[in-house]
Amino acid sequence: MDITKNTVKHVSHLARIDLCDKELDKLAVQLKSILDFIDKLKELDVKDVNAASHILPLNNVFREDTLSESLPLEETLKNAPQKNDKFFGVPKVIE
Amino acid sequence: MEYVAVIGLEVHLHLKTKTKAFCGCSTEFGSQPNTQVCPVCLGFPGSLPVLNKKAFDYAIKTGLALNCKVQNFTKFDRKNYFYPDLPKNYQISQYDLPLATKGYLDIEVEGKIKRIGITRVHMEEDAGKLIHKENCSLVDFNRAGVPLLEIVSEPDINSPLEAYEYLSTLKSILEYLEVSDCDMEKGSLRCDANVSIRPKGETTLGTKTELKNMNSFKGVRDALDYEIKRQSEALNRNEKISQETRLWDAKTMVSVPMRTKEGAQDYRYFPEPDLPPFLVSDEQILGLKNEIPELPTEKMLRFIKEYGLSEYDAKVLTSDKKFAYITEERIKKYPSANKKPVVNWSIGPVLETAAASKMEPADLIIPGGDDEFIKLIKLAEDGQISNLVAKSVFNESLKANKLATQIIREKNLFQISDESSLEKLADEVIKGNPGPVQDFKSGKTNAIMFLVGQLMKKSGGKANPKVVQDVLRRRLTDV
Ligand SMILES: [Zn+2]
Repeated sequence: MDITKNTVKHVSHLARIDLCDKELDKLAVQLKSILDFIDKLKELDVKDVNAASHILPLNNVFREDTLSESLPLEETLKNAPQKNDKFFGVPKVIE
Repeated sequence: MEYVAVIGLEVHLHLKTKTKAFCGCSTEFGSQPNTQVCPVCLGFPGSLPVLNKKAFDYAIKTGLALNCKVQNFTKFDRKNYFYPDLPKNYQISQYDLPLATKGYLDIEVEGKIKRIGITRVHMEEDAGKLIHKENCSLVDFNRAGVPLLEIVSEPDINSPLEAYEYLSTLKSILEYLEVSDCDMEKGSLRCDANVSIRPKGETTLGTKTELKNMNSFKGVRDALDYEIKRQSEALNRNEKISQETRLWDAKTMVSVPMRTKEGAQDYRYFPEPDLPPFLVSDEQILGLKNEIPELPTEKMLRFIKEYGLSEYDAKVLTSDKKFAYITEERIKKYPSANKKPVVNWSIGPVLETAAASKMEPADLIIPGGDDEFIKLIKLAEDGQISNLVAKSVFNESLKANKLATQIIREKNLFQISDESSLEKLADEVIKGNPGPVQDFKSGKTNAIMFLVGQLMKKSGGKANPKVVQDVLRRRLTDV
């Protein structure tokens, strides 16, 4: 798979990671080698294998619609970097 | 040029469960901020979501009621994006294997049935709520994790009116299923619309825009009206429609393009590893199907057939489940074969009174209950009291919390049909109104209506107008 500097830029933006020019170049090379390695899997014949979404032999795990206790407000906001009365505070976002 | 609008609607609704989709926190609306949260819905590391069985069943029922194929295998996926109202930085949603697909909803527009395709019905979780202040934004996560159902229609809707009917029909079905409150004001039902236009007769699709922020069904209709007009005018000026999201402002009745973040959305969906997949057997589907009550359209058709109602009457009566139920009970209890009087009273005074006092029609308390209500209708129907009197008795009964029959007895409101007492009053009226009497005798037969009115007045509205006319006519020709 072709990984360009722009691909890395796009992905780093999606992950909100700031990368400088040098890092973008370096990571493009590294990411490409990782993906090339994973591409080895393509050599396998999986014609008769169903795609799996999960690896554990589990399904239909449910809970009943019964209330359980929520956290006390102090506990909820304890580690918030910014709070305002009963709210979490975040840098202003505009829709 | 004449254009055809092509509209698809995306409805999000809160499922009416006590607890959230993946944790036991309450879903109650209007509580103190951040008091209905826990490590799961706050996205703390190490916490694990577990699906609410009731939410899942509600979702399947809705899929079935919308004539969808419910999938035997379904799973959840992560939709990744950053926004402060989303604590985990991903939303648990469904991507390639939604719970139900390929359904339809029949709507009625101007007397014609039109079938609107349902593309898919899937489950997801709601995000928190943001409040924007001067220097920062505040986040309340009480709503984060509330189970949502997304219902996506095919672009089969061709007018704002059809969109409105689609939403009303959908809402009525959801209320019958009792799976959602469908309250747009409280945000338990939200609707986005995709709309494009194309010249009539052509098949190529135009560029579509997405409309958001409508907070009532009327708002959806208005926003679509505006958008179709805006697009038509742009095309007539040879301008291009740009693909964008527009926010509707109900106050100014105008939509404006939303400031978009640069770069296309890239959600990088992948299977949610914390939630194992779900297998739904045909027996389970059948079991849930059997729990679906009679839906509004079926009920309407049955009312027409069983009680001989007009389509209009049946439609009004069945649009609200509880009201349909109590009205049917009353229809059954009403002792005559002709049920029309009960229907007229239900659609008339009952709905009017409920609307005037801003109450749900089913919550209207009639002193003495159905029995009194039916007695009152029957008395009016048998001519023992006049219709006018019956209506004022009904109003008074509700206002004073007094039995209707008691009011009639106490005020002696029974209609006077007894001819000998009416004859006496007739003679008085004839004596007191020589002018109209002369008119009548000289051939202006209409003059009798004036005399009838005079007699009704003298009787305090209690005289039976039919009998009055007979008596007057006889006395006028005799004397
Ligand atoms: Zn929770």
